[in-house]
Amino acid sequence: MSARYSARFALMAGLFISVFLLSMSVGRYPVPVSSVLKALLPMTGEGELASQVETVLYRVRFPRVLLGALVGAGLSCSGTVYQSIFQNPLVSPEFLGASSGAALGAAFAILNGFGYRTISLCAFITGLVAVGLVVLVNTRSRINRILGYLLAGIMVGSLCSAGISYLKLIADPNNSLPAITYWLMGSLASARREDLVFAAPLILSGLLFLFLMRWRINILSVGEEEARSMGVDVRLVRGGAILGATFVTAACVSVSGVIGWIGLVVPHFARFIVGADCRRSIPASILLGGALLPATDDFSRMLSTSEVPIGILTAFVGAPFLLFLILHERREL
Amino acid sequence: MNEPSLCVKGLAVRYGRRRVLSDVSFEFGGGSLVSILGRNGSGKSTLFRSILGLIPYEGEIRASGRATRNMNASERARIFAYIPQSHENASAHTAFEMVLMGTSSGLGFWSTPGRREVVRAMGALEEAGIPHLSERRYDRLSGGEKQLVLIARALAQDASILVMDEPCSSLDYGHQIRVMGCARRLAGQGYLVMLSTHNPEHALSFADQAMLLMDGKVGKPGAPSEVLSVAALERMYGVPLGPVSMGGMGAVRTTRIAGCSFAGS
Repeated sequence: MSARYSARFALMAGLFISVFLLSMSVGRYPVPVSSVLKALLPMTGEGELASQVETVLYRVRFPRVLLGALVGAGLSCSGTVYQSIFQNPLVSPEFLGASSGAALGAAFAILNGFGYRTISLCAFITGLVAVGLVVLVNTRSRINRILGYLLAGIMVGSLCSAGISYLKLIADPNNSLPAITYWLMGSLASARREDLVFAAPLILSGLLFLFLMRWRINILSVGEEEARSMGVDVRLVRGGAILGATFVTAACVSVSGVIGWIGLVVPHFARFIVGADCRRSIPASILLGGALLPATDDFSRMLSTSEVPIGILTAFVGAPFLLFLILHERREL
Repeated sequence: MNEPSLCVKGLAVRYGRRRVLSDVSFEFGGGSLVSILGRNGSGKSTLFRSILGLIPYEGEIRASGRATRNMNASERARIFAYIPQSHENASAHTAFEMVLMGTSSGLGFWSTPGRREVVRAMGALEEAGIPHLSERRYDRLSGGEKQLVLIARALAQDASILVMDEPCSSLDYGHQIRVMGCARRLAGQGYLVMLSTHNPEHALSFADQAMLLMDGKVGKPGAPSEVLSVAALERMYGVPLGPVSMGGMGAVRTTRIAGCSFAGS
C-alpha cells in the first residue's frame, strides 16, 4: 500500500480509537478518558477505579459502545460489498431484504412475548430466510441477474413490510406495539453483554470472510462478463459475498434493530477517501462505520432527556452527507 | 508464449428459439490480426462470447489444441483475454487497478496481488504505451485511453488469444489509429488478435485476415483485400459503394504506416 493510503488508514484507525474512547467517556455520568484507559488497559495507571465507575464502564458503556462499533462496521462493510457486486452505488444492506426479514421476525417474537434472546435469534434467522427467498426466486428467473435480485428484493421486502404492518395492527397498543415500533427505529439503548456474546462472533466471522474475499469482490465490481473472462468463478464469488454480507447484516439488525443509512453512506465516504479498490474500501468502511455509529449513538443518548432512537439520527446525519457527496463528487456515484 | 491457435468447428448458438449463429467453422494461427466484419445484429458479439465461454453453444472450439468446453473460468483466462468496448458505466478504479485485475487468473481464491503481479501490471501498462495513465481514474479517461487500458489488462492476463469487441466504436480518428496500431503490434509479437469492426478500412489497413459474418454464417477467411471486395461489402451492408468509397479506403491505406509507427510499432 502506498504511503498516501497508509497515512489515510492511520488517520481512520485514529478516528476509530478516539471515538471509541470518547464514547466510553461521555454520557450522563461522565468518566474521564484516563479512567477509561485505566479500565481498558489496567497496566496504564495506578490505583483502583471506584466501583460506580467500573459498573458504568463495564456493564453499561462497554457493551453498548463495542456493539455500536461492531454494528456500524458490519452494516458499512455489507453495504460496500453489496454496492460492489451489484455495481450500484444506491444499494444498501436492506437491498436483498435482510433488514426487513429480520424486522418481521423480531416483530413476531415481540408480539408473542418471547424473551430478549429469542427476539434476536428470530430476527437473525428470518433475515437469512428473507435473503434466501430472494436468491431462490432469482435462480429460477431468466431475466438479468442484477435486475432479478433487485426485483426479488423489492418483492420480499414488500411482503415483510406487509407482514410487519399486520403484526402492528393486531399488537397490543399498550404493550407490544410500542416495543415493536421502538425496535423498528433501531437503538443500542438496551445493549448488554449477552448481545455482544451473541452477535460479536457472528459479525466478526462474517467480516473476516468478506475481508478475505475482497480481491475477488473487487474484480466482480467491473461486471460479470469481464470478471468471468479474467478467471473469476462469478457464481461462487457472488454467492459467497451475498452470504457473508447477509450474515453480517442479519446479525447486526438482530441486536440493534433497523438502522438505516449507515450501510448506504459510509461506503461512499470510504471510496471518497481511499478509492474504489475493495482491498482498501472494505477495511476503510469497517473503520469508518465502526466510528460513525458509536459517535451517532453518543448524540442519541445525550441529545435530550429521553434517548432518541439511533435510526432517526443516522437518517438526519446520513441524508445530508450523501447530498454533500453528490454535489462534491458527482462522478463518484 | 505458446504458439496460439483457434479452431472452431460447426459452432451454433441459439437465443431461445432464434438461431444466431449456425455452422460456423474457421481456424486461425498465432501472430495474426483477424478482423471480423458484419452488420449490426449479425452475431459478431455472440461469436466472441461463445469463444470466451460466456454463453452456451453447440459445436467444438479448440484453443492451442485443447477443447475449451469443459475448461473452468481460470483455465480459459490463461488462454483468452477479452477486451470489451470501453464502458460508460465504468467504476472509479485507477487505470493501474484495472490492469492489475488482469493478473488474477494465476492467483488463489483468497489471494490478493503481490509484488510479482504489480510488476506484471506495470509492464503491461508500459507495453500498451500508457504508463503515464496508471494513477488516473478509469472513468475519467477518454474512450481511446480506456480502450488502451483494457488492452493493457489483457496483456497482464498473459493470455495468447486477444478478443476485441468493436474496439474502435465511438473513438475519434486518432484513437482509432492508436488502438488498431497497438493491436497490429501485438499480432506482430505472436498473439492471435481477433477483433470485430464496422469499418472495412481498419481491416484493409491493419489486419492480416478478414472474415465476413452474415445472417449467422461466416464467409471464407482470407486476405482483407480479397475478402473485402466491393461486391461483398455491397451485399453485406446492402448499400451501393462507388469509386468514392474505394478512393477513401485507398486513402486510409496510406495512413497504415503512419498509424503503426505512431503507436510505436
